[in-house]
Amino acid sequence: MSSSTKLQDPRGAARGVTPAAPERAGEPVYDREALARVLAEREAWTAGELAAALARMPRRKERFETDSGIPIPDVLDPASRREEDFRRDLGYPGRYPFTRGPQPTMYRGRLWTMRQFAGFGSPEDTNRRFKYLLQHGMTGLSTAFDMPALMGYDCDHPMSRGEVGKEGVAVSSLRDMEVLFDGIPLGEVTTSMTINASAVVALAMYVAVAERQGVPRERLGGTLQADMLKEYIAQKEWIVPPRPAVRIVCDMIEFCAREMPRWNPVSVSGYHIREAGATAVQELAFTLADGIEYVQQCVERGLAVDDFAPRLSFFFDVHNDFFEEVAKFRAARRIWARTMKERFGAKRKESLLLRTHAQTAGVSLTAQQPYNNVVRTALQAFAAVLGGTQSLHTNSLDETYALPTEEAVTIALRTQQIIGFESGADRVADPLAGSYYVEYLTDEVERRALEHIRRIDEMGGMIRAVEEGYPQREIAESAYRFQQEVERGERTIVGVNRFRTEGDEGSGIPTLRIDEAVARAQQERLAAVKRSRSPAGVAEALQRVERACREGGNVVPPVIEAVKAYATLGEVCDVFRKVFGTYREDGRF
Amino acid sequence: MTESQRPLRILVAKPGLDGHDRGAKIIARALRDAGFEVIYTGLHQTPEMIVAAALQEDVDAVGMSIMSGAHMTLFPAVTDLMKQKQMDDVVVFGGGIIPQDDVPRLKEHGIAEVFLPGTATQAVVDWIRAHVHPRAAAA
Repeated sequence: MSSSTKLQDPRGAARGVTPAAPERAGEPVYDREALARVLAEREAWTAGELAAALARMPRRKERFETDSGIPIPDVLDPASRREEDFRRDLGYPGRYPFTRGPQPTMYRGRLWTMRQFAGFGSPEDTNRRFKYLLQHGMTGLSTAFDMPALMGYDCDHPMSRGEVGKEGVAVSSLRDMEVLFDGIPLGEVTTSMTINASAVVALAMYVAVAERQGVPRERLGGTLQADMLKEYIAQKEWIVPPRPAVRIVCDMIEFCAREMPRWNPVSVSGYHIREAGATAVQELAFTLADGIEYVQQCVERGLAVDDFAPRLSFFFDVHNDFFEEVAKFRAARRIWARTMKERFGAKRKESLLLRTHAQTAGVSLTAQQPYNNVVRTALQAFAAVLGGTQSLHTNSLDETYALPTEEAVTIALRTQQIIGFESGADRVADPLAGSYYVEYLTDEVERRALEHIRRIDEMGGMIRAVEEGYPQREIAESAYRFQQEVERGERTIVGVNRFRTEGDEGSGIPTLRIDEAVARAQQERLAAVKRSRSPAGVAEALQRVERACREGGNVVPPVIEAVKAYATLGEVCDVFRKVFGTYREDGRF
Repeated sequence: MTESQRPLRILVAKPGLDGHDRGAKIIARALRDAGFEVIYTGLHQTPEMIVAAALQEDVDAVGMSIMSGAHMTLFPAVTDLMKQKQMDDVVVFGGGIIPQDDVPRLKEHGIAEVFLPGTATQAVVDWIRAHVHPRAAAA
């Protein structure tokens, strides 16, 4: 970039169709004469000090840019947002367009929820980990299910070989779920469940366990991930094709809108999109486009937008590019607020504000010099907090090897507590607001994300875009480019392609191992469940699920009845497979 | 083209249920860019499906990527099946989220090399050039 760099004018470029560009409303923040003085001073600095410095020592790189490829000028100043309308783009926390945060008090009122994802081995193992984390100050549960549960198979299915309890807790029937939440008051804690293709079964089981504890479903608080679109885009855990899968998601949104007012039925998730290789801009764009598709589908089935939109939640990744990540959260809230208001005509404030969970970037962690991961995670967590997240998961240093040990997960939780209680980041809402750089990046991230969203709109929406493979291709390209940049040394990863220590491959850090005995014990429990239940009752309950699937009724109530009759997760998902068919992705790379 | 000059044929496979295919796809692309013939199975493959594909495609090597923790079950299941089918001359290698302590045990099961997180794609290419050779033409 030359020394006479013209700052890009973020307001000048065309906005996406979502939302329509609002008319310029008011006067600039700075008066014309003051701006003219700033511009003159910038020009003098550019020709003077900057030119002299560059003559002595050129820039380290030709071009400086963010991880998403947003060009970064030598300097930013008040004139870089000379058309800024503070009231239109920023305003105040808890006020439209919510750029500065969904609540007026932000962390002065309440810190973010420190929600460490946990789940491994048997339901007994995970129940113990839940209780351990609650004792250590965690404020919400977060459940990881194992691969068979996520893919809709019971622990005794041939596809489950080697996978039971490995990446999360093994759950095949309501009996497992009863053990998982044993002694945990579901009316008091909130629970997040990371499950998608089989989410409706997990929701049904949670409702059933709560009922057994005497807690009615309307009192249950928590979040179901249940974001199927991102599964086809990135995480690739699916059962049925996209259209019926999205229909089941909308059934859950509708059911929760009616019967579970404290429950977030969907966490529209960019995390996996990012981990699969997307840039921050792509992550934001595809996530919001997924959210737009769910809202569109729900509206088309006749739901009033203000009846369900307040309970939609989001989930973003936080990667290493600190300032771009902060900008991403701010841009996300602004785009969502404008989209909900202008495109969907939402009226309630709660429908407009974007609430989000965040997780530090698992993919950024390195096997080499694993203790460096503590530092990476701390920086990423700090960006999420400065970006104004409502809930946060910090990764553990050992996650490039296995699920975290108790010691590693404690360091990760302590990282959040240090940020929350020692850093002072809790003392003011949106602390980086007005940073010339952060505001520039917020505008640029927004503008570039809206360009993707407009392309997806032109394709006919996200389901169509997924069927055409558009986001999948974009992400694969970005992932490959990133890897090549690392291998060419254009990107530094400390301890991996620079600053290596001989012999440090991470051996010696303790890792968690899941014994195959877990699978055997789970299979035995499942067999006992099957012996003790009423086969006729199960068959009848599954028939009701099938009828709802075929006839278009909401599938959630019959699935609740089926799990109460101890129909297994695999059996319910087999009904979906039977009615809707299974999904296979072509093997393009 | 003589036997020794034909490009190596490599099957890149994702065994098990995890859907994290970033690594598999990057490796598949890097191997193709290096001049190998690459067949990618796509996701959610059983050991039986992988071995059947290796046989059908007459590959010289099979590279598997896994991060669900099922490697100690699924990798050996593939090499065992290959032994049963007299495919001992097909080189099998793997990578993913695999604890280093598991590497020697996997090698005992016939996994020729295990690439851990942080491996450059070029390192995989170089290793294949050194350790994989075109199999004799099928009778």
